[in-house]
Amino acid sequence: MKNINKKDYEKYVNKKIPKPKIIKNCMWAFVVGGLISTFGQLITNFVIDNGLDEKEAAIATPVILIFLGALFTGLGIYDKLGKKAGAGSIVPITGFANSIVSPAMEFKREGFVLGVAAKMFTVAGPVLVYGFGSSVIVGIIYLLLKR
Amino acid sequence: MAQKKLGKQTVMFQNPPSIMATSSIVGPKEGQGPLKDYFDIIIQDDLWGEESWEKCESKLQQEAVRLALSNAKIVESQVDYLFAGDLLNQIIASSFSARSLQIPFFGLYGACSTMTESISLGAMIIDGGYADKVACVASSHFSTAERQYRYPLELGNQRPLTAQWTVTGAGASILTSQGEGPYVTHVTTGKVIDPGIKDSNNMGAAMAPAAADVIVQHFKDTGFKPSDYDLIITGDLASIGKDIAEDLIKKEGYSISKVYSDCGVKIFDNEVQDTHAGGSGCGCSAVVFNGYIYKELLQNKLNKIMLISTGALLSPTSAQQGESIPGIAHAVTISNSIS
Repeated sequence: MKNINKKDYEKYVNKKIPKPKIIKNCMWAFVVGGLISTFGQLITNFVIDNGLDEKEAAIATPVILIFLGALFTGLGIYDKLGKKAGAGSIVPITGFANSIVSPAMEFKREGFVLGVAAKMFTVAGPVLVYGFGSSVIVGIIYLLLKR
Repeated sequence: MAQKKLGKQTVMFQNPPSIMATSSIVGPKEGQGPLKDYFDIIIQDDLWGEESWEKCESKLQQEAVRLALSNAKIVESQVDYLFAGDLLNQIIASSFSARSLQIPFFGLYGACSTMTESISLGAMIIDGGYADKVACVASSHFSTAERQYRYPLELGNQRPLTAQWTVTGAGASILTSQGEGPYVTHVTTGKVIDPGIKDSNNMGAAMAPAAADVIVQHFKDTGFKPSDYDLIITGDLASIGKDIAEDLIKKEGYSISKVYSDCGVKIFDNEVQDTHAGGSGCGCSAVVFNGYIYKELLQNKLNKIMLISTGALLSPTSAQQGESIPGIAHAVTISNSIS
């Protein structure tokens, strides 16, 4: 066979690739993401009604959401939700819990040190590194501008 | 002089080895697919009583060999060589199964092209007069492949539409120097071909040129035409790669569409089983050949076939370093008659 021109081949392959259903996927992401956020608001209202002040509620709400994200990951439900919802269930803090708990579960057989602990941040690690990193940069810019 | 060599890349056997028995063991999802009635064993969960998926894959392979031997009514000690391969790092599924089988062992890595790689080498070693009976086996496991190449199973991410579903399963063939067929008559060994695809979620497109190349070379070397075959079937190009391979072969002047199929397309019902482009993995062509095709050959529903297992020679490291994905494919001709 003749040699394949890599650029032509790439163009040709891109024509063959089925297109994702963007509108349907966006709807799913919007609805599920919205529902998770609304649920978070319900938790906030509930804990404030039960005597926490706003600052305490802002701690209690993510704690509860993270717990639920982890729980539903363990129950094997969160990945099924993620398949439909995409960013809708990845972006909220429950998705962050899922990204830490799922590798921890997966690598339990490699032991608690080199498995669970070492692999726990394989997915979430980059988010943390660049999240912390960019927050520091923004903080410095803010400090300089404020002067 | 290589007396049995035909053309550039093909071997024609003087005393074609016979496939005396096969076996196929698949996972639960494959056991719900369109070929479910052809598989010997369908396991009910993806651990099969083992502690880890890796151990399960090794057990799949070991039991596939044992079952094929019992179908052939022979025992381990009568087998001269074991040719085995899988996808795991350092092919542990194969070497750990060889540890308990205690058959002299050649470990193979050809990514998902392993099934025809093992049959090619097994058949050559028999026709060369170095062995009377060899076992050829390949396996893959969805969960071991996912954790090695992709993400944890419980991660809530989305798979692209070009992604394929790694088959959980193992298939084994027992080849013998004296038998009544089906015979392995020709072997065409493929070259590594890299069309420059970097997306490891689009392996069909990465492997299709290698498959097309070896099929075209086979026709050139042997003088066969597509119409000489009842079935020409690639290993795991799946729906996108299959289309591409067909196009590429047509450009070379051979129309195979009437007899052409792909194991990755056959094994799942992509719409119902949500497997996107189709099946993949060493186990894909291993179980489709040793389960479905072999039984069709025995019943004379098929008489002459070409199986082309296809492999994507990437590693997680090469993918992360931005390397493109080289493809490989090996073709074997299996026929009910020697003419």
